[in-house]
Amino acid sequence: MTTMEERPTKEVGSARLRKEDDRLITGRTRWTDNVVLPGMLHVAMVRSPFAHARITSVDTSAAKSAPNVVAVITGADIAEEQGGLPNAWMTTPDQVSPAHPAMAVDRVAFAGEIVAMVVARSAAEARDASELVDVEYDELPAVLDLKRADSNESLAHPDLGTNLSAHYVLDSEQEGTGGSVEQAIEEARTGGVLIEREYRQQRLIPAFMEPRSVAVDPTSEQLTVWSATQVPHFVRIFIALVLGVPESKVRVIAPDVGGGFGGKLQFTPEEALTVIAARRTGKPCKWTETRSESLMSGHHGRDQWQKLTLAAKKDGTVTGLKVELLANMGAYLGLVTSYIPMLGARMYNAIYKFPAYRFECRNLFTNTTWTDAYRGAGRPEATFAIERMMDELAAELKVDPIEIRERNWIKHEEFPFHTVSGLTYDSGNYEAATEKAKQLFGYDDLRAEQAKRRQAGDPVQIGIGVSTFTEMCGLAPSRWLGEQGYVGGGWEHAAIRMLPTGKVEVITGTSPHGQGHETAWSQIVADRLGVPFEDIEVLHGDTQIAVRGLDSYGSRSLTVGGMAVLAAADKVVEKAKPIAAHLLEASADDLEFTDGKYGVRGTDKTIGLGEVAFAVFQAHNIPEGVEPSLDADATFDPEEFSYPHGTHLCAVEVDTETGGVKMRKYACVDDVGQIVNPLIVAGQVHGGLVQGISQALWEEAVHDEAGTLVSASFVDYLLPTTADTISFDIDHTVSPATTNALGVKGVGEAGTIASTPAVVNAVVDALRPMGVSDVRMPCTPERIWRAIQGGGGTAPTEGAAMPHFDESDVADRSEGAGQ
Amino acid sequence: MTRINVTVDGANYSDEVEPRMLLVHYLRERLGKVGTVVGCDTSNCGACTVHLDGRSVKSCNVLAVQADGHEVNTIEGLATGGELHPMQKAFHEQHALQCGFCTPGMIMQAIDLLNDNPKPSEEEIREGLEGNLCRCTGYHNIVRAVQAASGQQPAEMSGTTEGAAS
Repeated sequence: MTTMEERPTKEVGSARLRKEDDRLITGRTRWTDNVVLPGMLHVAMVRSPFAHARITSVDTSAAKSAPNVVAVITGADIAEEQGGLPNAWMTTPDQVSPAHPAMAVDRVAFAGEIVAMVVARSAAEARDASELVDVEYDELPAVLDLKRADSNESLAHPDLGTNLSAHYVLDSEQEGTGGSVEQAIEEARTGGVLIEREYRQQRLIPAFMEPRSVAVDPTSEQLTVWSATQVPHFVRIFIALVLGVPESKVRVIAPDVGGGFGGKLQFTPEEALTVIAARRTGKPCKWTETRSESLMSGHHGRDQWQKLTLAAKKDGTVTGLKVELLANMGAYLGLVTSYIPMLGARMYNAIYKFPAYRFECRNLFTNTTWTDAYRGAGRPEATFAIERMMDELAAELKVDPIEIRERNWIKHEEFPFHTVSGLTYDSGNYEAATEKAKQLFGYDDLRAEQAKRRQAGDPVQIGIGVSTFTEMCGLAPSRWLGEQGYVGGGWEHAAIRMLPTGKVEVITGTSPHGQGHETAWSQIVADRLGVPFEDIEVLHGDTQIAVRGLDSYGSRSLTVGGMAVLAAADKVVEKAKPIAAHLLEASADDLEFTDGKYGVRGTDKTIGLGEVAFAVFQAHNIPEGVEPSLDADATFDPEEFSYPHGTHLCAVEVDTETGGVKMRKYACVDDVGQIVNPLIVAGQVHGGLVQGISQALWEEAVHDEAGTLVSASFVDYLLPTTADTISFDIDHTVSPATTNALGVKGVGEAGTIASTPAVVNAVVDALRPMGVSDVRMPCTPERIWRAIQGGGGTAPTEGAAMPHFDESDVADRSEGAGQ
Repeated sequence: MTRINVTVDGANYSDEVEPRMLLVHYLRERLGKVGTVVGCDTSNCGACTVHLDGRSVKSCNVLAVQADGHEVNTIEGLATGGELHPMQKAFHEQHALQCGFCTPGMIMQAIDLLNDNPKPSEEEIREGLEGNLCRCTGYHNIVRAVQAASGQQPAEMSGTTEGAAS
């Protein structure tokens, strides 16, 4: 396998400004909602206000007679043709899953589920008429609390007879990858240290900026579907499988897509229903969600209870970790809902050499919006848990939190390292990243300031939070996915077309929605083919152009998709070689390819790749039996995951009188392997950081006791602004991945994974002298203040989330908040 | 229906609109000015920010009829004669956008900010943009872009030691 060092690197590694920007900064954009077609109709959804109810009647007569309404469609109307929405991951062989119609027919299982749709000539008319659809419901008991769901006292889906979807166990003793956790716990109980904690991963909402939108044109030979999706190739397959349209008759286009963060990794009810609306009316139809619809019905993320038991020796060496999770599926299993917690199953042991490990997860249904991928997906939860626990261990033993980590982490000379959860980490250097982060942060100075403020009894205390992480990313070797019960593969496809004028088209199966693939893939190809960056055009996101692909999620695009691009480029070089030899009247064995030119060794005879491309276009003079084409396809299936890592340090100022938190400094050093474009990597880190910090301090999706999402607008769901955030100090170490030729690891999720525990550790660190050992996320001023006052810092978010409700209502909830 | 006469990006338009029509819907649906986008229903996100008589407004918060007789400028009218506006250029050069959905509103608001305060501090920039949400960038590079557009050298971005090539 060749590595990057063996060839000149010009583009890869340089901070190229993005090709994508020009149209985005001038408003020359193609969002799905911009699509306008002749005779286009608009769709509005009618959604259930109840979390769990039987539909007793749907009266559409008033809506049907509203101005410019073309059709009103109910679940009963399409019960036969709508099929069921897919879950693609059989987490356990006996996984339980309810039928999931795009539109509810006789029962709704969460507030926000679609019960009817209105098709009208304008979006405003469709929305007006949707309010005239009269649906009668019989309410059923709703399962809302995750812990109570496990008791089955009421059922989210009565037909299933249980709320338990799957019970997944990974035990190092059973797997033969480590020892017995129970034994480690027993030993720690008698002669060591045992830390037992329970943490709450609150429910979050991906909250991409572009609301979801679907436009369907049924008037051409292929049904053409534009969708604000991360996964156009998935959408195409599922339109075929779910709605029975031949796959060859479906074209899906993801035009400009405004963010996803896992939230657009789905085949949605609205995609299926907009197709149905278009087929029924015979006209182009478009649905674009409101923000409230987006927050209520687009899938959510996280939502777990984590019970953790960490066993250690008195010198701080960890001897075992036991993880018991309850994971909230919500009402249905979406595309990968069921496996999200398991993406963390192999990550709780993180960067450490734990000898014994057990992970157990109970996937439970509730009558809430279903959960699924959100940036990091399973790995932030795992990292949060272990990094909080390592801080607790450090506090227990009264040693520095970095020191306790150092005592347990894998040393750089120990790679490749076989972990207790059965993975093999290829490369990394935790010592170097941590040292660099400490310097960048000014760790010792901040510790000194902290000591000073503590001593002085300053009302504003400083807390310093440490978090290290690694993640498995670049989903994934197809064989591994199959073994884990996933129905799809993990390969990626690319193609390169050499145009007669020397320009190059690169077609990728990845589907960027902000990541800058057009720029990064151009850099890779520019180096490999020796053509100018500007001469390369990257095409993606249209299943008639990028005919094969598995799209973008899980920090996979570069490690898998970038490698496919590289492989396609290498094939072009090989394909052109016999033709170049023929044109140079030399033997192919005597040719070498450098900087875009074939040269005959020992002579000054050369021919450029572009010249060969033109000769191939003419096809007048190419060797006998050689195909007149330089175009190449490649499909890359990774052999392994990639394992980026990093050390993040956060300092907060906590006002002990008000509970207010101000971020003072945030420094991180991530090792994402070789960096193709440092600007793009920095952008990914910055954005990831704020999403992770936001989980720690601000965001939470809150349902009331009736199952209504009360944080269903940007007034109530707290996304941070410029005024809430600070500038970051970021840097890198580079331990190239040894499992791919580019030496790259994923970066998309890194910031989100590492930052949440860094912030909470900092908050707790500030309060520890006051006897506080935990504050539940989001660490609101109220929770922090209560924690300082001696309890309540871990109470659930209820009253505080609904300040605009009746005073009496708030008082009632507040009283219950301590339970 | 009410007749309105509006100048948008330098061109004059005359239309019959429903009194309830929002300016952003007028721009997008009637004029095809789809460079301006809708990101929320509560005037929180600022994605629809345009200039009305030279001042920034959230166009979801203004009725089309209120723009009657006034001048509206959108992201689409910002670059003149093939030249990017300095703020557009700064967003590109400082990598202040990823998915680009918030970008039109962010740029329009940032221009308004500098019109009021040509040399803002980092804190003033952060306060001036707090009505515009971005989910991709963590705001770090947006702040740097506004610093750059105001002629203030933004702090060297750590981790990108090789410097930007255009």
